[in-house]
Amino acid sequence: MCLAIPARVVELLPGMRAIVDLSGVRKDVSIDLVDDAQVGDYVIIHVGYAIGKIDPEEAARTLALFAEMAQIEAAQP
Amino acid sequence: MTTKKNYLRPIDFKHGHIDMTHGAGGRAAAQLVNELFARAFDNEYLNQGHDGALLPFPTGGRLVMATDGHVISPLFFPGGDIGCLSVHGTVNDVAMSGAKPLYLAASFILEEGFALADLKRIVESMAAAARDAGVPIVTGDTKVVEKGKGDGVFISTTGVGVVPDGLCIDGRQARVGDVILVSGTMGEHGVAVMSLRESLEFETAIESDTAALHTLVQAMLQALPDPGALHVLRDPTRGGLATTLNEIATQSQVGMAIEEALIPVLPQVEAACELLGLDPLYVANEGKLIAICAPEVADTLLAAMRAHPLGQGAQRIGTVTQDAHCFVQMSTRFGGRRVVDWLSGEQLPRIC
Amino acid sequence: MKYIDEFRDGDGARHIAAKIAAEVRTDLSYNFMEFCGGHTHAISRYGIADMLPANVRMIHGPGCPVCVLPIGRVDLAIRLALERGVMLCTYGDTMRVPASDNLSLIKAKARGADIRMVYSASDALKLAEQNPEREVVFFAIGFETTTPPTALVIRDAAARAVKNFSVLCCHVLTPSAITHILESAEVRQLGTVPIDGFIGPAHVSIIIGSQPYEHFAEEYRKPVVITGFEPLDVMQGILMLVRQVNAGQAVVENEFSRVVTRDGNLAAQNLVSQVFELRESFEWRGLGEVPYSALKIRPAFAEWDAERKFDLHYASVPDHKQCECGAILRGVKRPQDCKLFGTVCTPESPMGSCMVSNEGACAAHYSYGRFRDIAVVAASASA
Repeated sequence: MCLAIPARVVELLPGMRAIVDLSGVRKDVSIDLVDDAQVGDYVIIHVGYAIGKIDPEEAARTLALFAEMAQIEAAQP
Repeated sequence: MTTKKNYLRPIDFKHGHIDMTHGAGGRAAAQLVNELFARAFDNEYLNQGHDGALLPFPTGGRLVMATDGHVISPLFFPGGDIGCLSVHGTVNDVAMSGAKPLYLAASFILEEGFALADLKRIVESMAAAARDAGVPIVTGDTKVVEKGKGDGVFISTTGVGVVPDGLCIDGRQARVGDVILVSGTMGEHGVAVMSLRESLEFETAIESDTAALHTLVQAMLQALPDPGALHVLRDPTRGGLATTLNEIATQSQVGMAIEEALIPVLPQVEAACELLGLDPLYVANEGKLIAICAPEVADTLLAAMRAHPLGQGAQRIGTVTQDAHCFVQMSTRFGGRRVVDWLSGEQLPRIC
Repeated sequence: MKYIDEFRDGDGARHIAAKIAAEVRTDLSYNFMEFCGGHTHAISRYGIADMLPANVRMIHGPGCPVCVLPIGRVDLAIRLALERGVMLCTYGDTMRVPASDNLSLIKAKARGADIRMVYSASDALKLAEQNPEREVVFFAIGFETTTPPTALVIRDAAARAVKNFSVLCCHVLTPSAITHILESAEVRQLGTVPIDGFIGPAHVSIIIGSQPYEHFAEEYRKPVVITGFEPLDVMQGILMLVRQVNAGQAVVENEFSRVVTRDGNLAAQNLVSQVFELRESFEWRGLGEVPYSALKIRPAFAEWDAERKFDLHYASVPDHKQCECGAILRGVKRPQDCKLFGTVCTPESPMGSCMVSNEGACAAHYSYGRFRDIAVVAASASA
C-alpha cells in the first residue's frame, strides 16, 4: 500500500485541497495532512492525499551522495 | 375530401430515447434505420435495402474476415467514442493480415432509454470513420434490450478484406533474429479512457489514439521489394504491448528481447500511469501496430512507417530470440533484466 | 518527472552497485529484510537483485497489507456485500484476494454484490453522500501510510453527519510486525532466518518518522536504513546497511531524508490517535495473532465503525494446507519453495495473497524473476 508519487503543487483550492501536476497530468488532492503546502512545493501523494513534503536541499544532498560515488569511482586508478 | 399524404413524424433526435418499439422490427424500427443508420452510412450496397448486401469481390487473393464486439464504457472519451472505435478496431483486425479491408457490417444492441442524441453522435462518428477509411458499412442490425440489461449501446462489427495470394502474415511467422518494431507511442487509449472512469478523474491532454491502420499497412507492404519479409503484424489492444508480444512469442514458439529505453511513451502517459499505479506496457492502444520483420528490411520498413502520418513515432524496440520458454525479456532503463509477462487478470490500478 | 527520474538513473545504479561489490567482505553473508511491499516490488521491477553480489541476499518481509490480510477479514467484507446488501468500497489491490467458499471480492461482484473499487477513501464517502438510501462501507486496509486518509474520512463523515457510511477497519502497524519477526523462533533461536539488517519502509516513515525504529536497532542490535522507493534509493540503502554490518554498527539511518524526518508527520499522527486506538491482538496472515499490532475505531466514532454497526464477529479461517504464504511472509521460504507456486497458484488463479498483490513476494517473483529459476535461457540469437 505504499505507492506514493512526488508531484508539484500548482494551485491551492478551498477546503484543504490542491491541484498537483506530474509532467502535465493534473490531479485534485487533499492537503489536509500537509496543511502548510504552498504552490511550487513538491508533495508526496498517496491514495489522493498529500502525506509529506519534499525538502529540496535534502533531495539535492542525496543526489550528490549518489554522484559522489561516481566521482570516487572515476578517480580510482 | 382528399386523403392526406402519408405523414411520418420525424424522429426527435434531440430529446428522444430508445424504446422497445425500435427493436420490434415494425415501423418505428424501420424509421430508425432509415432516418439514422441508412442516412449516415449511405452507400450503394446498404441502399439496396436487402437483409444481406450483394457485394462485388475481387478475383484472386484470399478472403480475410474479422469481428469485434465493443462494450467500452464510457461511450465518449477524449479522442473518440464507441462508434469510431468499432470501425477502426475491425478495419485494423482485417489489416493485420496484410489484407485490404473492403466492407463492414455493424450490429447494435441498444438499451431501452438510451438517448437518441447520443446514438446519433455515435452513428455519425462511425459513418465519418468508415468514410475516411474508405470502407463502407454495407449491412447491419438493431436490437433493443430492456433497461438495465445493456450499457447504453453495444456495437459488434465484422469486416472482410482481401489479401494477395502468397502473402502470409500471422502470429506464427516470427523467426529467430527478426526485428520488432512499433508504429508509435504506447498507452494513450487506455489512459484516456481510464481518466474518465469514476474515481479516477484527472485533467490531462491525453487522447485516445484510435485510428484505422490499413493505409499504413499498405504503405509498409509497398515499400518492401519482397513483402514476404514482413512476418507478423498485430495491434496491441487489450492487454497492451506486453500481452500482444507474449501472444506472438507463444504462437511462433520463440522468445523476445526488448529494450525499455526504446519503447516510446509520452511523458504525460508515463506520469498518468505512475499516478494510477499502471504499467504502460499493459495499457491498451487502438491506433498502433507491432511489426516483426526479417532483419535485412528493418530499416526500410521503419522509414516507410515514419513517412506515414500514423507511423511517425515508429521505433525499433527489440529482436526475436531462441527461447523454449517463449519469455519476453526486457532490459530495463535501469540496467537490469526482467521478464515481461502476460497481463494477469484485469489491470486494476495499484495503490501500492 | 522531477524527483523520480533522477532516482532511476542507470549509471548511478551501476556506480553504487560497484561500491557495494567493492565493500562487501567475502567472509560474511549479508541478509537484509526489506519490510515494505513497495521495496519488494521495486527490487523485482528494476532487477536490483541482479546487481548485488552473491553474498548479499534480500529477504521479502510482510510489509504488504494485502498479503497479511487474513481470509477471515475478507470474508467479513464479502458477507456485508452479499448478505447485507451494502455498497462495499475497496482499494483495487484487495479485489482478487482469495477468501472462503472460493470467493473473492471480484467473484462476489460477479455474483451480484455491489463492490466498488475506489482510488481514495474520500471517494467512498462521496458515494455514501450520493446514495443516501444505501449503506456504504469502506474496507480500510493498509499500514501507517494509508491510515491517516481513513482517519480523515471518518472525521469528515462525523462532521457532516453522514449516517449511511461506516468503515471496516483493518489497519495494521509496522513496528509491531517487525518486532514479531525479530521475536520469532526462526530468527531468535533457530537462526534459520538470519537477518542482519532492515531496509525500512519509505512512506510509512513519512508518517511515523524514523524514531520508532531506534528501538529495534538498540534492542535487537540490527541496523535499520529507512530507504526511498526509487531504485537508486534502494541501492544506496543496501550500501549503507553493508557499511553498518562491516563496522559492527546497529543504528537507524535515514536515506530518504528528502521526505522523512525523525518525528514524522505530527498532524497525521495526532489525527490517527484521535480516531483510532490499539487492538489488543489482531491476526496477521502468516504471522498468527500479533499483540498491539492493529487499530480499531474509538468509541467516540462508533457510529462509523462497521464492526459495531453490523455486529460483525471475526472468525479465523486457515489458509490452504499447501499454501506457504505464511512462511514466505516471514522470510522462511521463498516463492519457489511453495509446491503450489506457478502451477496451481498463479496470478490468474491465486491461492494465497502473496500471489494477488503486485507487491507480494510470489507475484513479484512470478512476474519478474521466474525466468531466473530456469536453468539457462539462451539469448544467443539476440542481436
